[in-house]
Amino acid sequence: MLDVLMLSRIQFAANISFHILFPTITIALGWLLFYFKVRFDLSGHPVWMRAYRFWVKVFALTFALGVVSGITMSFQFGTNWPGFMETIGNIAGPLLAYEILTAFFLEATLLGVMLFGFNRVPAWAHTLSTFLVAFGTTMSAFWILVLNSWMQTPAGFEMRDGVAHATDWLAIIFNPSFPYRFSHTLLSSALTVCFVVAGISAYRLWRGDKKRAPRVTLKTAILSAALLAPLQAFVGDLHGLNTLEHQPQKVAAMEGVWETQKGADLLLFAIPDEETRENKFAIAIPNFASLILTHEWDGEIKGLNDFEGAHPPVKPVFYGFRIMVGIGLLMIMVAWWCSWSMRGGRSLSKLQLKVLMGMTFSGWIATLAGWYVTEIGRQPYLVSGVLKTADAVTTIASENVLLTLIVYLIVYAVLLVAYIRTLFLMARRAVELEDIQPHERVTQKGFNPSLNQQEAHA
Amino acid sequence: MIDWLFADQNLPVVFAVLMAVAILVYAILDGYDLGVGILLPMDAAPQRDTAIASIGPFWDANETWLVLAIGLLLVAFPAAHSEILRALYLPATLMLIGLILRGVAFDFRAKVAVTEKHRWDRAFKAGSIISSMSQGFMLGMYVMGLEYTWLSISFALLSGIGVTTAYALIGASWLIMKTDGDLQLRAIKWAKKAGVISFVGILLVCFINPLINPFVFERWLTPPLGYFINAIPLLCFSMFAMGYQVLKRLPLADHQGDWLPFAMTTIVFICCFAGLALSFYPYVVPQQLTIFDTASAPESLRIMLVGSLFVLPMIIGYTVFAYFAFRGKAQALNYY
Repeated sequence: MLDVLMLSRIQFAANISFHILFPTITIALGWLLFYFKVRFDLSGHPVWMRAYRFWVKVFALTFALGVVSGITMSFQFGTNWPGFMETIGNIAGPLLAYEILTAFFLEATLLGVMLFGFNRVPAWAHTLSTFLVAFGTTMSAFWILVLNSWMQTPAGFEMRDGVAHATDWLAIIFNPSFPYRFSHTLLSSALTVCFVVAGISAYRLWRGDKKRAPRVTLKTAILSAALLAPLQAFVGDLHGLNTLEHQPQKVAAMEGVWETQKGADLLLFAIPDEETRENKFAIAIPNFASLILTHEWDGEIKGLNDFEGAHPPVKPVFYGFRIMVGIGLLMIMVAWWCSWSMRGGRSLSKLQLKVLMGMTFSGWIATLAGWYVTEIGRQPYLVSGVLKTADAVTTIASENVLLTLIVYLIVYAVLLVAYIRTLFLMARRAVELEDIQPHERVTQKGFNPSLNQQEAHA
Repeated sequence: MIDWLFADQNLPVVFAVLMAVAILVYAILDGYDLGVGILLPMDAAPQRDTAIASIGPFWDANETWLVLAIGLLLVAFPAAHSEILRALYLPATLMLIGLILRGVAFDFRAKVAVTEKHRWDRAFKAGSIISSMSQGFMLGMYVMGLEYTWLSISFALLSGIGVTTAYALIGASWLIMKTDGDLQLRAIKWAKKAGVISFVGILLVCFINPLINPFVFERWLTPPLGYFINAIPLLCFSMFAMGYQVLKRLPLADHQGDWLPFAMTTIVFICCFAGLALSFYPYVVPQQLTIFDTASAPESLRIMLVGSLFVLPMIIGYTVFAYFAFRGKAQALNYY
């Protein structure tokens, strides 16, 4: 039977993996909705309102899943990882408190106004609420990534009697890996949303939706992805360089480098074997790992054997990294291909719609894969160099952890299926339904009812 | 004043008060929306829609108070957080599952096919009951000192029923305030029933708590604090008496006084909470750990207090704005 350490790790990983799916969507979708709303305010064109109304429903559902799965986290810190707060509570505490105070309340409170307040508050207040909800989700990402980055690259603290005490809050917040991780994560949220929006919009067109809204949202998503996906590759590279500087053992695992070497090969595929400490079936490009990581043909990369006993498990980090990068490259190609086909107002082919539909949740897989790379890559430490994961774990009976783990997994599986089904159901419904009702009393400033008449199929 | 707040020895007290306020606000706010879930009428679809519409714009923010309360326990008194929640691991998990179910059901019900809507409504009701029962159970175990014995488990189960009834009471009061017509009439009936049961429950706790916890007994009977503490049940029970009279007369023309039951139930909640809090202070884990034993380092508490003093007025500000935007009787929930 698995011990309480492994069970707690699996449980925490399950909870946070499920949770992260939803904020990953709401962070960027909030800003996209703000964009739709501003376009509507400026033009009064109903197509933007239709885009807003369809996607705000998706936002509502996603946000709800994010809130409820997030509450679990605030319990798990203490129940499963008491050593975490006992050791670094003085650092983690204020960061979590600031997240709750500056982000959670803002987004949760104004969400009601954003969802249901269109005709209850003035137009500017509704737009402002949309802005503040988006801002709140981003603030939330800011604080939690400060904490996560600090766990990877701790700074601005001193240990007194085995307990971390803050000495410099600016150094804690802007710790070495934070700027890279924050931009990398925000961009991954943006790309996830681009492909969700593109996929669902493509599905609506596939089902014969003649309205203009899905075409407009599809175009917005594809063009954004075409710009952001290459930017992500660039930021990801910077993040990798930063990791090489601060956590070389993680990079060694990502690249599958066992012996410290100059001019390390880039492994496209391999099966790393931790028993024999070598790679099997390697397909490699000579010297490219050194070139990418050190920007020199013969740059030196430290190997895993230099960190024996203190490096992460190699396989999940190695494969996770390849899945993430593979999806990233696929995103660039698909986004550029579709952008090219859409030039001058042309439509996408059936094949392209199908590809986009297939890639609807590709951002989720890339995000999770990248997340596993960085989190498993930090093992055996919970806080790099400060606290080992095994030293923070709970004393709860392992049967109880197993029992709750099973319950969580069942609930999560049901909810995930329901979420995806509902998203596609909403899309099918949107093909038939008209988002703006004829009897509707539209009070928003700048709304032009005659446009609504002209563009019955906007 | 500011100096007093930020002095090393006072910081644990300040954070204990903040945490207590967060728990109380949570119990009132999420209490009413859990209560609406508990009471959700399964026999009348339009009434279900109205009941849910009355809490629609608010429930997300209400649950955030739980995150704040647990968050404050975690960040200000970390040792107590793990001590308490490890002892309550299973009921806490059950509560979380309940909260997850009801939270998502709320959104799914409006978006799935009509044939599946009923299923999510049931999940909403079941999730609300599970969460309330677990919270009451946890409260009961806490009062009994977090030891699992037959006596404490029985007490905790009763406490679960008590808290569920209390949430039903505040939920019914909320429906009286936010709805009209048949649903309001039903809510008045529910409030009467839940009020009577809550009254008996609170009366029992008033006797049992001092009996099983000698230190509580002592505190309740030692002047001058004892007089003050004894005034609390007095106020509480007079609210019940007046509330019953109000409920007998409602509804009045032009919806006059529809807000009264909610206001009075809120006072009852405040009384019950104050009574418990004053019984246990300064212990955060009953009879084991005080807030002073478990507080985080002063410099960390200080930086959180700075943030709280700036941000809490803003939170109150936009919360008032949201409630103002959705004032009056609940209307159908539209995304426009």
